[in-house]
Amino acid sequence: MGMTITEKILAAHAGLEHVEPGQLINAKVDLALGNDITAPLAIQEFKKLGVKKVFDPERVVLVPDHFTPAKDIQSAEQAKILREFAREQGLTNYFEIGRMGIEHCLLPEAGLVGPGDLVIGADSHTCTYGALGAFATGVGSTDLAAAMVTGELWFKVPATILFRYHGKLQPWVGGKDLIIYTIGQIGVDGARYMAMEFTGEAVRELSMDGRFTMANMAIEAGGKNGIFAVDEKTKAYIQGRLKRDYRIYASDPDARYAETIDIDVAKIEPQVALPHLPENARSVKEIGEIKIDQVVIGSCTNGRLEDLRIAAQLLRGKKVHPEVRLIIIPGTQKIYAGALAEGLITIFIEAGAAVSTPTCGPCLGGHMGILARGERAVATTNRNFVGRMGHPESEVYLAGPAVAAASAVKGRIAAPEEAI
Amino acid sequence: MLIQGKCHTFGNDIDTDAIIPARYLNTSDPGELARHCMEDADPTFAGRVKAGEIIVAGKNFGCGSSREHAPVAIKAAGVAAVVAASFARIFYRNAINIGLPIFESPAAAAGIAAGDEIKIDAGKGEIVNLTKGETYPVASFPPFMQELIAAGGLMPYVAGKVGGYS
Repeated sequence: MGMTITEKILAAHAGLEHVEPGQLINAKVDLALGNDITAPLAIQEFKKLGVKKVFDPERVVLVPDHFTPAKDIQSAEQAKILREFAREQGLTNYFEIGRMGIEHCLLPEAGLVGPGDLVIGADSHTCTYGALGAFATGVGSTDLAAAMVTGELWFKVPATILFRYHGKLQPWVGGKDLIIYTIGQIGVDGARYMAMEFTGEAVRELSMDGRFTMANMAIEAGGKNGIFAVDEKTKAYIQGRLKRDYRIYASDPDARYAETIDIDVAKIEPQVALPHLPENARSVKEIGEIKIDQVVIGSCTNGRLEDLRIAAQLLRGKKVHPEVRLIIIPGTQKIYAGALAEGLITIFIEAGAAVSTPTCGPCLGGHMGILARGERAVATTNRNFVGRMGHPESEVYLAGPAVAAASAVKGRIAAPEEAI
Repeated sequence: MLIQGKCHTFGNDIDTDAIIPARYLNTSDPGELARHCMEDADPTFAGRVKAGEIIVAGKNFGCGSSREHAPVAIKAAGVAAVVAASFARIFYRNAINIGLPIFESPAAAAGIAAGDEIKIDAGKGEIVNLTKGETYPVASFPPFMQELIAAGGLMPYVAGKVGGYS
């Protein structure tokens, strides 16, 4: 019986010939990641064990990105725990403010993840790296602590749902629209405990940035991981970045899937997920007049250069609506520099947007754009739960960068064409 | 394992932002987290819940973020166990890893009302609703997870392999 790409990566890291969905395995991890919210707890647990050194100082990655640059004294103390641990352990992959990025934009960009890797991160959006043909999944702080000690972790092999995207994408439709549409189809627990394998000619057409966006939101359907097959675009992306050997795995023709879901992308219009769950997917054209107070373009979901280019296309020569605040957050310093070199930052500033240093900031209601009671935001982020971006009576509408930029100009949720 | 207590009920898809909003994540102090436990789902919960009581919820409890602060906040609030129709995957791992008892039972989630007194018998694989006189089956843990639970969580389990834990 054949195996899926997910099963093959897990089997290889567990030293097994074959694994089955549901099987409990112990597997080696290639990379273990933590941030300024999750790593302090992990470091505390690590220290309780009395172990002196992490399993490999090159494979434990710490990124202070959530409440940084430190928003208050307590956050500064949390970030300091990471900094001191990184120094004490001689970690080669600690990323300081000014040289960092939002972790899931940063790690692929820095060449730390490659095809066939098994990556765990104490952050639920660790599943982003599946775009590179890696198995990557979010865990908690205690799991991270155990992996920092042993370089291994237990996993239950997930069953896989195969998604096949057919047809040609409509204008302004990208990875974000496909994944919101997909979550709308299967629900926020539609892939609970499962692998989501994204295939078909429509996703092969997506850039790597679009694929990162899709894999990123696998968790919003409850998925354990999201994964793409490696192709020429993947190889071009890792070229010059990845410094390690890698191995390409592909699903066997006779691999077993729990389910196969075919999606015709030709009928998918730009999507918006209404409050308060990512499964509340609608076409932007069918939601009517919804006035907004703020737009956020950024995050580990849509803070990459392609996202900023799309936003700039719609903001060039335009002004942000007088009653709207537009906050744009490039995902990494490199993306920021790239946007600067391309003139995108000037377009944003001339349009009346605030541009921030990389941070998760407003996505999780941390800082840099918190919503007041009753306020509404369109955000290219990943969650629209109650209180996610601020006051429990505020609202978040999730969308891609095109709808977000168009909405910033119109002062209400708008289709991209309306802003041209 | 026998756990008996009064129930607080919640709906489906209770996410980790509702369990512990990110605005309180600039600390990992359990006592501080407990003060805001379930705040965006029910702002009165942290003030009402008493040690030994039980949370009962619908499907996909703990969806969203990987923040272990969620089960930590629940445990530190004195909650003895969480019963749900189903759990989101990372919350499930986190709860087992930190030693918060969780039980998956769609029947219990459907049958239990707020204020009901229940008795969870993990050994027998059942939950008895003492208020209503009903009994619901509970899914049992695979042997490896039973080992983790018996050890008191993941770190004590790992400690058994690499040395001490204090």
